[in-house]
Amino acid sequence: MTLTKRSLMLATVALAASLGAAAAQDAVKIVGVVELSGAGATAGTNYKNGAQLAVDEINAAGGILGKKIEFVVYDTQTNPGNTRAAVQRGVDEGAFAIFGPVFSGPIGASMQIAQKAGVPQIVGGEAAGLTKQGVTTLFRTSLNQADAMPKLANYFKDAVKASSVAVVWVNNDFGKGGRDAIIPELQKRGIKIAADIATESGQADFAADAIKVKNANADAVFVYLNEEESARFLRAIKQQGYDKPIVGETTLLGAKVIELAGAAAEGAKGHVGLSVDAPVAGFAEFGKKFQAKFNYKSDHNGIKGYSGMYMLKSVVEKTGKFDKEAFLKAAHGAVIKVKDVPGILIDSKWDDNGDVDRESFLAEVKGGKQVITGTLPPVNKF
Amino acid sequence: MDQLLQLVLAGLATGSIYALAAIGFTLVWQTSQTINFAQGEFVMLPAILVLAAVKFLHLPLPAAVLLATGAFLLLFGFGFKKFLVDPMLRHGVLPLAIATMALSILMKEGAKDGFSAEAQQFPSLVPDGAVNLFGATLSLRDIAIFIVAVVAIVLLQLFVTRTRTGRMMQATAQNPDVAKILGIPTEQMILLTFLINAGLAVLASFLISPIYLAKFSNGEVIGTAAFIAAIVGGFNQVRGALLGGFIVGLVDNLAAAYVSSAYRAAVPLALLVLVILFKPEGLLGRKEERTV
Repeated sequence: MTLTKRSLMLATVALAASLGAAAAQDAVKIVGVVELSGAGATAGTNYKNGAQLAVDEINAAGGILGKKIEFVVYDTQTNPGNTRAAVQRGVDEGAFAIFGPVFSGPIGASMQIAQKAGVPQIVGGEAAGLTKQGVTTLFRTSLNQADAMPKLANYFKDAVKASSVAVVWVNNDFGKGGRDAIIPELQKRGIKIAADIATESGQADFAADAIKVKNANADAVFVYLNEEESARFLRAIKQQGYDKPIVGETTLLGAKVIELAGAAAEGAKGHVGLSVDAPVAGFAEFGKKFQAKFNYKSDHNGIKGYSGMYMLKSVVEKTGKFDKEAFLKAAHGAVIKVKDVPGILIDSKWDDNGDVDRESFLAEVKGGKQVITGTLPPVNKF
Repeated sequence: MDQLLQLVLAGLATGSIYALAAIGFTLVWQTSQTINFAQGEFVMLPAILVLAAVKFLHLPLPAAVLLATGAFLLLFGFGFKKFLVDPMLRHGVLPLAIATMALSILMKEGAKDGFSAEAQQFPSLVPDGAVNLFGATLSLRDIAIFIVAVVAIVLLQLFVTRTRTGRMMQATAQNPDVAKILGIPTEQMILLTFLINAGLAVLASFLISPIYLAKFSNGEVIGTAAFIAAIVGGFNQVRGALLGGFIVGLVDNLAAAYVSSAYRAAVPLALLVLVILFKPEGLLGRKEERTV
């Protein structure tokens, strides 16, 4: 090899290395740890797509503080062990923040890793217990069950006028948390629990559960299952000729559930935290962009992923630097308004536990679509 | 009493689908003395193929059903025998069994990566609705599934026992060497058996996917239930697979209602253990003796 050739090669290697280093300096890594397969595939895919949409927009507009977002996603397969490994991998790779997961069980299994490393973790889970364990790195993108269930219990009493309710829940952290939150709220309002039916995550056949609900003769049924199971349950209970109110919280009325359940979703009603059908300009705009990019309608998890990424951007810009400790300090108590950050979609506040508070909605499935029938104020005014 | 009647019918409907899949186990066992561990995925895939044909080829549903059925029979009836069973069987039944395990993973992951990891709606062949019978509300779909599956199995049984081709299939299954000496085209009979297995899988897939939703992981549940059904009923008898399917479907549904959903999967397994302990050939199976 001649000296000239060797010099040329060395120069090329040096240039490539310096370009790589420059690219790394110009980017901030955010690791998505989401359920792209397994029982949580629907929720995780929506969450990831919503976040990806926000990342593309933010990068196209110049990034955060001049740095582009490098969004790397790992599939947890809805498995707590895989989730722990993926969060650890994200921490080891120097991620500024972990994005996800969505299911409460895997969040509970992995949040201590992010806490130990001091890495912010922005999640889609709703189980009440998640933010009661003193984890300072965890931030929700959806309402805590403990905040949503009193609203729903009022709905059972005032709108449905039920004096007895059958409760069907999925036996995981999400479902158990919801069941434990709704039953005392219903009982406080004098509503009797006619049946308390546990089902399994990933359950395929709901015929027996539907028959039990029908024979419980309650005035209404409360369904608190994950997306695919919600659709299977709706199909099973309609097969039994069930004609009483079917009420749920967010998941039951989600776009994916309506798509999967088809006509069986008709008439289902309840409370939703986020919805592209809500009378909120930002949601509608987001819904159009999501549909155009991914060719399907986003559910609430898509909104969580999208607004969560803008929450991260807003807080980082507020601190003026990529400093995890400063982020955690600024994010607790952060109030982000649409007029300042349009990508947040709806005015939101994060409290000291990482719980988010915002307006929410009452909805019903009519004509194969989720129709918003009312708006409820935040739990605490801000 | 009403609830029990409803649970029994729902259990029989699910059980009849398990029976269709379980018969696949018995057919493969009779022709190759091995277990097809991809049987659950055989039931999962046809529905996915239909949806893929609608999505990617923009075919109307009836055309997609025809294309998917044809493709499945070709790939997993003819192709399964020609390119997996025949080459592997020369090396013994164990390599073949392991190869079917690999096939099951390939089919599952292929459906996930090639189509979708999410559940998909699959159109029901039967309209929604319910009828009242003896004071109990019975699902029209459960009734229709039960009838369709049982008619298919009865037709299969009649074909195997009452037709010349069916009897040649039986002869091939019982002793292929003697059957060959008698002039029976054993290769064709074995191929026919595999095509029937694929056909039953297609039927089971179209019946169960509207309930379970079409998803790459459905084969795990169906395969396990059908495997238990085949052992409980008798691995070497079609009528045993039918009985086993009904029993597993019933036990599963009654356990979910009267024991708990968490333990519903354990009850059929307990039944399986009892059958293995006290009647290892299955409830309707015949004892097989082998020289080792």
